[in-house]
Formats: sequence, C-alpha cells, structure tokens
Amino acid sequence: MKKKPEKKEHTRNEKYADYVSKISPRGTFKPSLIWAFLIGGLICYIGELLFIMWGKVFPAYDKENIGTLASSSLVFLAAILTGIGIYDKIGNIAGGGSVVPITGFSNSMTSAAMEHRKEGIIFGTCANMFKIAGPVIAVGVALSMLVGTVYWVISLF
Amino acid sequence: MKKQAAAATAGKKQIGQTIFLENAPCIIGSFSVAGKKESEGPLGKTFNKIVDDEYFGEKTHEAAEQQMFEMAIAGAIRDAGLHPEDINMLLSGDLLNQITSSSFAARSFDISFVGLYGACSTMALTLGIGAALVDAGFREKVVVSAGSHFATAERQYRTPLELGNQRPPVSQWTVTGCGACVLSLRENPPKNKSHITGNPRERHTDKCVPRITAVTFGKVRDWGTLDPNNMGAAMAPACCATLVAHFKDTGTTPQNYDAIFSGDLGKLGETIMRDLMANENYPLDARYSDCGRMIYSEKQNPYQGGSGCGCSAVTLNGFIMNKLRSGEYKKILFVATGALLSPVSSFQGNTIPGIAHAIVIES
Repeated sequence: MKKKPEKKEHTRNEKYADYVSKISPRGTFKPSLIWAFLIGGLICYIGELLFIMWGKVFPAYDKENIGTLASSSLVFLAAILTGIGIYDKIGNIAGGGSVVPITGFSNSMTSAAMEHRKEGIIFGTCANMFKIAGPVIAVGVALSMLVGTVYWVISLF
Repeated sequence: MKKQAAAATAGKKQIGQTIFLENAPCIIGSFSVAGKKESEGPLGKTFNKIVDDEYFGEKTHEAAEQQMFEMAIAGAIRDAGLHPEDINMLLSGDLLNQITSSSFAARSFDISFVGLYGACSTMALTLGIGAALVDAGFREKVVVSAGSHFATAERQYRTPLELGNQRPPVSQWTVTGCGACVLSLRENPPKNKSHITGNPRERHTDKCVPRITAVTFGKVRDWGTLDPNNMGAAMAPACCATLVAHFKDTGTTPQNYDAIFSGDLGKLGETIMRDLMANENYPLDARYSDCGRMIYSEKQNPYQGGSGCGCSAVTLNGFIMNKLRSGEYKKILFVATGALLSPVSSFQGNTIPGIAHAIVIES
C-alpha cells in the first residue's frame, strides 16, 4: 500500500496572535450596552404602542391576532427604513438593540433583497433574500422542533 | 542558456527577491479617480478626478467600478500626452471575482491586456511587472492600473450595504478609487498638451520625471491571522518580510529613502509594522506612513483606515506622484500590501495569507 505523504500543517504563530489580540482595539462595552438597551427598548415600546393602536382599531380581534398585526407593522416599518437607508445608521449605533427585535430580521431580508435586485427577480432578489436571515429561520425551526419534542415527552407523564 | 543566466546575475539585474531596472522606466503619465468620501479626506485635493455619484452614472456598482477604470486608464494616457493606440500593453487588476472590472474596462481599449490579481497589493504588482516589461524592452509603452469600489467590495467580502450591523473596531473601509500610470523608457517630449481637455486639476508644471529603479516581489506570509476584519494584522508580516528582503538585497536602510509608504495596513497595521520592523533591526521613523491611514481623517470614522486596491493606487497616483514630480521626494519606497483571502476561505476557517511588493521610485 502506498504511504500517504505527510501533509505539512500550516502552523499558527501563537506569539503573534497573542500580540495582535493585545494591541487590537476592542469595542467599547458600556456605551454599546446602553445604546442597545435604549434603542432596543424604544423599538419594543413602539411595538407596544402599535399593539394598543391595533387593539383600538379592531376591537373584535383577539390578542393573538393583534399581536401579529403589531409585529407585521414593525416589519413593514423596518423594511421602509431600510429602503430609504436609515436602518443601517440606527444599527450602527444600536448594535444588538436593533438586530434582536423582529425589525432586525426585516432589515436583514430587505437589505439582502435590495443588494441583489440587479441580478434579476428570481436569481437575484428571491435567491439572496434569505442569505442573512436564513440561519435564523433554520435555527428557529430546529429549536422549535426540539422544544416541541420536549413538551410532548413531558406531556406523556 | 546557462551562460545567459550567469551573465544576467553578473550584471546584477537581480539579487534575491529584487530586480534592478537598469533603464529605469519613467512614469510619464498618471491619473487618479476617487469617490466622494475620499475627496473629503486629507488627500482629497491631490486626486485628478472626483466623482460624487457612487454609481458613476451607471446602473450597478459593478458597472461603476468598470467606468472608474476606464476613466483612470484614459486619464493616464491623456496625461502622458498620448493616445490609446500608442500604448502596447495594459496591466490591470481589482478585487472582484474573476477581476471583471479590469477586464470589462479593457473592452474599451484596443490594447493587449493582462489581468493580474494581488488583492490590495495590485497597484505595486502591475507597476512592478509593467516596469520590468518596459525595462527589458519587450513593450514600449505600458499602462498599469488598479482600483476598488466600496460597494462592490462590501458585497463580495462582507454584508449588504443596508444591513444594520456594527463593524468591529479593527475593520477598514474599502476605498472607492482607481489609479493608473503610463510607463515608458523615454521621457515625455514636451509635447503640446492642448488636446488635454477639461480638468483643471491636471498638472502642467512638472519639474521631475519619476523613474522606477528597483522592484522587490514579496513572498506570501501567513502568521495565522483568522479574523477577516483584521487585515492589517494579516498583512503586516508580509509587508515586513518584503521590506527586510528589499533592504538586504539593495544594501539600503529606511534612512536611504525620503519616504516609505505601505499600502493599506491601516492604523493598527502601521503600529504592528513599526514593531515588527524594530524587531528586525530596521526601525521605521516618521518617513514611514501608511496610505490606508492617510487617506481618511479621524472625523470620517473609517475605523482603522482605508483598504482595497484603490487605497494605494489613488495615493500613489495622487499625493505621492505630485510630490515626486515637484521634486520634493527624490527616492521613495512604495510597498502595497494584500490580504489573499476569499469569503469562502474565511468561512472554512483558513488563516489569511498576506503579500507585499515593493517598488523604488526615484525622480
């Protein structure tokens, strides 16, 4: 049998890596947290206002339906803000504060769709729309299956 | 054959990684095109042409980049007082997949074309190879160019433009700009430049002609930087290796040059570079600066500074070329640096190799 030639591994220069991580500037932790809290909180506040508003507009609807309406409105607003080039500026300041709420999901889809619209509707916009949001959906589906299974097992006893 | 090779080394055409250009090709024309953000930076006044529209009047950013290349190449030929039919060869490169911007721009010129890729080091790569071709007498007049566009580079290497994410503080900002030079053995005869139209930024009083006297082609260095945002750290070892090889091959020290410019290491990379060179016993003083750090002001929030092929290309063909032509710089070293990564390689967990090529320009 032929012997496999030993592959020369590319070794990492650990000393250099340590030096670089020591010298590299880090994100400022405290201001980032405060901004994320403020803007993330503001988005949730707007969501709450929308919830109350839709509740007044459609008094016949139950809570779940009104909740859906409120989230859809937030998604719509974020998509508009992305389209006119404001959301990325908000995101630059807020960081996680504007990524975690549902508006961040809307932004990730809209921005990818806009970026690729010149490649056509099918292979550009549609194919690339979930480029960034895709992992969120995949993880969401997988986790909900897991949680569902756990619930089901618990319900057996 | 062997005799020939021996003769070549005896005449000291090459030592180590460095080739010496006995005929010292002249840079007879140069042109730089830059975008809006670059024009607002400290070097804004040195660029030949500023285009405020990020689309350059085209429909896509890719077409804009191509348009930018055409502008720079045509501009450099015009600056040399020549016409495209006088040029024998075009060497060009950019950052996009399959270097489409360069090759698509080459459609507009009836000139033999060679596309080159050296990531952000492309300006030095095309300049070095072009100078070697001219020096050896294979080609009489060669145009070399390199450039990049912020929006196309973001799309290729990072995330959509409108995505609301935060950039890490070590990241850099890709320069929208393109630079081109015309190389020739013979100096420009003082031709009537009356056919040059339009731009008041174009210089008419050049005291000196910059000449390329030596080129050091670098080796790929990978010290294991994994973060694709931290390109300064990935490229600094390559830049250091090329500089050390250059100083050893030529028997010079940093003090022999009026200025040393690295391509796009950025603020952080420049600091690393100074430390690395001090370790190699070639400490760099105030003569050394980095194009990436120079091109934007602190106010413009470029994080660590500019990057991309365009960064070193517009700085060379703007700021540096002006100083060479006015005679302020007599001898400079231009080291453009490149991070040879692709989005796929980073996702697959590969480290980032760096490359750097050094060019000596005297005037």
